[in-house]
Amino acid sequence: MNIGLFVPCYVDALFPEVAIATLELLEGLGIDVGYPADQTCCGQPMANSGCQPESAATEAHFAACFRDFETVVGPSGSCVHHVRFHLDATEQTSEVVRVRRAVRELVEFLHDDLKVGAFPRARFPHKVGLHDSCTAIRGLGHCRSSEHPTRPAFSKTRDLLAKVEGLALVEIDRPDECCGFGGSFCVTDEAVSSKMGEDRVRDFHRHGAEYIASADMSCLLHMKGIIDRLGLPLKVIHVAQILNGGPA
Amino acid sequence: MSRPVDAAANAALFIADPAHQETHDRLVWGMRQHRDKAVAAIPEWERLRDLASKLKEHTLTHLDRYLEQFEANATKRGAQVHWARDAAEHNEIVAQIFLDRGARRIVKSKSMLQEECGMMPYLAGRGLEVVESDLGERIQQLDHEGPSHIFVPAIHKLRTDVAALFAKNLGTDPDDSEPHHLAEAMRQNARPKFLRADAGMTGANFAVAETGGFVVCTNEGNADIGATLPKLHVASVGIEKLVPRARDLGVFVRLLARSGLGSAMTQYTSHFHGPKPGGELHIVLVDNTRSARLGSPEFWEVLKCIRCGACMNTCPVYRRSGGLAYGATYSGPIGVILDPGFDHRKYGELPFHSTLCGSCTEVCPVKIDVSGQIAKWRRVIASEGLMAPGESIGMKALGATLAHPATFHAAEAIGLAAIAHLPRAVVDNPLNPWTKHREMPTPPAETFRSWHERNRGGA
Repeated sequence: MNIGLFVPCYVDALFPEVAIATLELLEGLGIDVGYPADQTCCGQPMANSGCQPESAATEAHFAACFRDFETVVGPSGSCVHHVRFHLDATEQTSEVVRVRRAVRELVEFLHDDLKVGAFPRARFPHKVGLHDSCTAIRGLGHCRSSEHPTRPAFSKTRDLLAKVEGLALVEIDRPDECCGFGGSFCVTDEAVSSKMGEDRVRDFHRHGAEYIASADMSCLLHMKGIIDRLGLPLKVIHVAQILNGGPA
Repeated sequence: MSRPVDAAANAALFIADPAHQETHDRLVWGMRQHRDKAVAAIPEWERLRDLASKLKEHTLTHLDRYLEQFEANATKRGAQVHWARDAAEHNEIVAQIFLDRGARRIVKSKSMLQEECGMMPYLAGRGLEVVESDLGERIQQLDHEGPSHIFVPAIHKLRTDVAALFAKNLGTDPDDSEPHHLAEAMRQNARPKFLRADAGMTGANFAVAETGGFVVCTNEGNADIGATLPKLHVASVGIEKLVPRARDLGVFVRLLARSGLGSAMTQYTSHFHGPKPGGELHIVLVDNTRSARLGSPEFWEVLKCIRCGACMNTCPVYRRSGGLAYGATYSGPIGVILDPGFDHRKYGELPFHSTLCGSCTEVCPVKIDVSGQIAKWRRVIASEGLMAPGESIGMKALGATLAHPATFHAAEAIGLAAIAHLPRAVVDNPLNPWTKHREMPTPPAETFRSWHERNRGGA
C-alpha cells in the first residue's frame, strides 16, 4: 500500500515523537510509508478563523504535496477533519478532490481500513483517561457522542486501546466535553479556554488517571500547559505512542 | 454606532468570580444531563428530530401561504391581526393598542421577541407600567438586566443575589435565601399587580396556520394569568413560529421541554383561540429581519429554532461565560448565529466566542447545524474586515508562512529557539495570552522533518 504520512505543522515542530511513533507503528504493520518533507500545514488555522483567502495557498500546497499517494494518514482528527470537510478555500481541481478523499485519520485507518487485530509491541500498565477531540467525535464519528443516547454505543479509539496489554481506562464525569483548545480560540478567548481546560484535566485527575490519551495532540498541548501550571501529577500521551509500545 | 461586544473580556470577568461561574456551569450542565435522560427514554427521538426539521423547512419555504392562512383563521375567530416590519413598528403597534383602550397597567409573560424588540423600555417611555410575571424574568426586571438564558433568565444569579435584590426591592430579610421564601415573597408582591392589570401580554411558542390559534408554554402558568384575568390580551408572534396543522404541535411539544429542561412537557401548554367573551385579542406578527434571513441561502435555517435552550445548556463556552457576556438578547450558540444578523459590527466577535466543538448541532431538536452556521458567520465577519485587527493581521502572516515550506521551516526554527532560550519573564508577558494560565510546551531537540532526514535518509 502506498501511504503518505501527513505530519501536522505543530506536530512537526513540537511533538516529533508523535510523528515518529506514527511512522514506526505503520512500518511495523508492514506498510511502505512515504513522507513528503515539503509539507507544512493543512490550512485549518486560517480557515477555522473565517480567513478563507489566507488559507487558499496553504491548502493548495497541501494537496500538491500528497498528490502521488493512494492514501494519506495523519495522527490528528482535527487536521484530517479540515482536509476532508473544509479544505475548500483552494480551487477544487480533480487532484484536490482526490487528496481530500484519500486522507485518513490514524485511528480510523487502523480500525476501519486495516482492522488491526493486535498490537504485539504495545504494553502500557497505566490508568488512562481517554480524550477524543470534538472533531474526532462529532466530525469524524470516532465514537457515539453523549448527545445521542438512543444511538448504538461504539468507540474506535477504545477498541484499539483495549488491545493494549495492561492498559486500564478510567471513566470521567463528562466524557466528551470540549477541552477548550479551539485553535486561535485558545488565545483570543484565553480565560474561557483555560477554564475549560482546567475543568477537563481536573475531571481526569479526580478519577485517578495517570495519563490523558488522545488522537489529537492539539488538545493535549493545551491540557499539558494547564497540567504543568497547576502542578498536577498527570501526563499526556498520543494514542500512536501507546500503540507503538509506549513513550520513547 | 454601538460599540462591539467583547464577549471574551466579559466572560473573563464572570470566570474571575468562581462562586457564580461554577454554580452556573453545574446548574446548566445539570439541565443537559436531564435532557439526556429524557431523550434516552424516547427510542424514536432521532425520527422526531428529523420530522421537526422537515416540518420547519416545509413551513419556512411556504411561509407566505401559511401566514395568510393563519391571519384569515385567527380573524375568523375574532382576533385582530397586526403586521410589524421591525422592532419599532412592533412597539408602536403594541403601545397604541394599550393607549387607545386606556390600559395603563400591563402584566407580561416572558417573550424573547419582545426582549428582541426592546419593548419594555419603549412602553415605559410611553407611560405604561409593565410587570413581568415569570419569576426569573421579574428578578431580571428588578435588577435592570436582560435574560441570560432563553428559559431560565436569572440562571447566572445565586440565590443569595436574589435575597439581596428582594431585600432591596421588596423589603424581605437579606439573610434568608430559602427559595420557597423568596418565591412566596414575590408571589405576595406580584399577585395584587396581576389582579389589577388592565391588559396581559404574551409571546407564542407556536402559531397554527390551520386553526388561527397559538400556543404559549410556561412552567409557572404565568402566561395564563395575564391572558385570562384582564379583558385585553396582546400576543407578539415572530413570523417563523408558524406550523401548518394542529397535529404538528405533537412533534414540537414533545421535543421542546425534553430538549431544554429534560421534562416530558412544560407544566403549562396553553392554547389560545380567539378573544374571551367580551374581551379583545390582538396578535402582532413580527418580521424584524426574519424575511431577510429567509432570503439568505446561508443563514435561513436559523429560523427553524424553537427556542428550547438545549444548545446553551450543552455549550461549554456558554456555561463558563454566563449569558450576559454575549451582550445581546440571545446568548449561547443560538445567540452567536442570531445576533450578528441584527448587527454585524456590534456582534461581530460573537462567532469567535466558540470552540466549534459541535455539541450544539447534535442536541438541536430541529437539526440546525448551529456549529456550521457559526463557522459561516466567521467567514462573513472576516471578509467584511470586522475581525479583531490583531487576529486578522496574524492570520494573513500565518497564511503567508504556511504556504511555503522554506518560510515555514525558518519560522519553526525561530519559534522553537524562542521558546527554548528566551527568559521566562519574556514568554510570560501579558501580551502572550497562552501563558496566563498555561505553561509553554517544552521544545524538542529537533523537528520531525530533521529526524526523518537523519533516520530515513530524507524523503
